[in-house]
Amino acid sequence: MLQTRRTVTFGLVAALGAALLKPVRALAAWNQGAFQAKSTLDGMNALGITNPQDTQDIVIRAPDIAENGAVVPMDITSNIPGTTSISVFIEKNPFPYTGTFDFAAGAVPFVHLRAKIGESTPVRVVVAAGGKFYTAAKEVKVTIGGCGG
Amino acid sequence: MADPMKIRATVQGDVADVRVLMAHPMETGQRKQAGKAVPLHFIQSITAQLNGTTVFSADISQAISRNPVFAFKVKGAKAGDRITVTWKDNKGETRTDETTVRGGS
Repeated sequence: MLQTRRTVTFGLVAALGAALLKPVRALAAWNQGAFQAKSTLDGMNALGITNPQDTQDIVIRAPDIAENGAVVPMDITSNIPGTTSISVFIEKNPFPYTGTFDFAAGAVPFVHLRAKIGESTPVRVVVAAGGKFYTAAKEVKVTIGGCGG
Repeated sequence: MADPMKIRATVQGDVADVRVLMAHPMETGQRKQAGKAVPLHFIQSITAQLNGTTVFSADISQAISRNPVFAFKVKGAKAGDRITVTWKDNKGETRTDETTVRGGS
């Protein structure tokens, strides 16, 4: 009997440890919750983005009409002082959260990327600067989608 | 082992313009081949270092295009500095390549 009880206790401790360790690792590493969110709002919540303010200081250069949704180039520049990261949400993609780009040690808050866009959608950019969040969006029309086929 | 990245870093004034091309299928898990969904396979994180100090890093989703291209800019980089880029995908595969910053024209 004693043996069984000990086994159970060990099992419990192991499970508890795993449960405690897991969220910490998820935070430090790739944010699975945010990437699996099916809406921009859920994605922002999972990333801890609250009350982003609309701004003119984020410049999103992307085509108005993308001929090929599989490769839509965009240049994103933040003119907000103290920008530490740029996050991109493609609102109508199955999983809108596309990525976060972090800048440190002299990196200019600019990024060029190429993304897949399934259908015409606003591309929303959120900039983190000085503990606050700022946002801007640009509409991109897609004639041939980038998901599937 | 994945194919090497193509990295180009050029100084313009005191800012280095870095462009990276990674060879990766970036499967979304949505695409079907012979009626079966092709499993997710995509780069999740990227880190770029200038002379060993991280300057640019990213966590990305499968929505980034196949054979991803990224560009970023680093202030204060000089010709001869070392740029190292590492990526890691959802299958734990990883690749690191480096280049030297070139002087601008």
